[in-house]
Amino acid sequence: MFQIYCPYCEELREEEEFHPKGQAHIVRPADPEACSDEEWGDYLFFRDNPRGIHHEMWVHAVGCRKFFNVTRHTVSYAILETYKIGEQPSVTAEPSAGEAAASTADVRQGVRA
Amino acid sequence: MSDSALSRVNLFDSRADHASVAVESPLAYSLQRSGAPAPSAASRVVLREQAFLGHLILRGGAIVLDEALREVLDTGLPGRPNTLSWDASGERSIQWLSPDEWLLIVPGGEAFAVERRLRERLADASFAIVDVSGGQTLLTLEGEAVPELLMKSVVYDVDPSHFAVGKGVNTVFAKATAIVRRSGETRWELVVRRSFADYCYRWLLDAGEEYAIGVER
Repeated sequence: MFQIYCPYCEELREEEEFHPKGQAHIVRPADPEACSDEEWGDYLFFRDNPRGIHHEMWVHAVGCRKFFNVTRHTVSYAILETYKIGEQPSVTAEPSAGEAAASTADVRQGVRA
Repeated sequence: MSDSALSRVNLFDSRADHASVAVESPLAYSLQRSGAPAPSAASRVVLREQAFLGHLILRGGAIVLDEALREVLDTGLPGRPNTLSWDASGERSIQWLSPDEWLLIVPGGEAFAVERRLRERLADASFAIVDVSGGQTLLTLEGEAVPELLMKSVVYDVDPSHFAVGKGVNTVFAKATAIVRRSGETRWELVVRRSFADYCYRWLLDAGEEYAIGVER
């Protein structure tokens, strides 16, 4: 059982109902005509692939069908938070070693067994 | 005509001539070809199709829609996500589907009148109403073994202690999707798509065999 908290349904729902939709917080250039090819190419095609904290978009495909954001750890696969579109993440940095050990129990909830 | 939203929408009664045109429920084929075991005293689940109800999808702002519904149907939108509410007669239900989307189910033949009155009341507000009556159907499951039957079919936790009366969710049902709602202590409802109706029906018969499922017609 792997469950994800949907911020719109306001409850934990089964992973099967969701789809990942790639990196979140990608801002479309305000004036595309003024972009260089490189800037436009970066915007269209190039995505971060960090080791650690990553902000992603997911969609509750078989539920409320809304997109929302997920902060996920790409090493442990732990989902650290979910938040609505338009909001900013509260988890933006890796926890320190001490905090990480203390919060292992919480983190495990979001990891596939 | 004024330049209101109503005048720009091509509204027509899709069932105006239903007296002269034969209609078939989404389960018409299944009931003929997939079998329909009669309910018996041993049946712990009884299935019945509530065919030809009016299903309307309402989209828009919650406050505007709530006010319009209170005026037209004398009942408001459910306040919480994944819940549904009924009007005083219990015949009309409104279910939360997403933050800006609700499913209104009214008795058969009422959908057109309700839609028109809602459109008149909402006028220039930003909203959408879609009549999806032909696209889905409502199945009721009654009996003490319904939670057990659903536990085999959906990924959502349908334990009665977690799934209170008045709750309704859109979730994975077998390998399709369905809306699962609980309308009473031992009474549950499924809203299934027309294209999946036969599949879901046969799944229910198969899964319900051990509870001696019966089909009321």
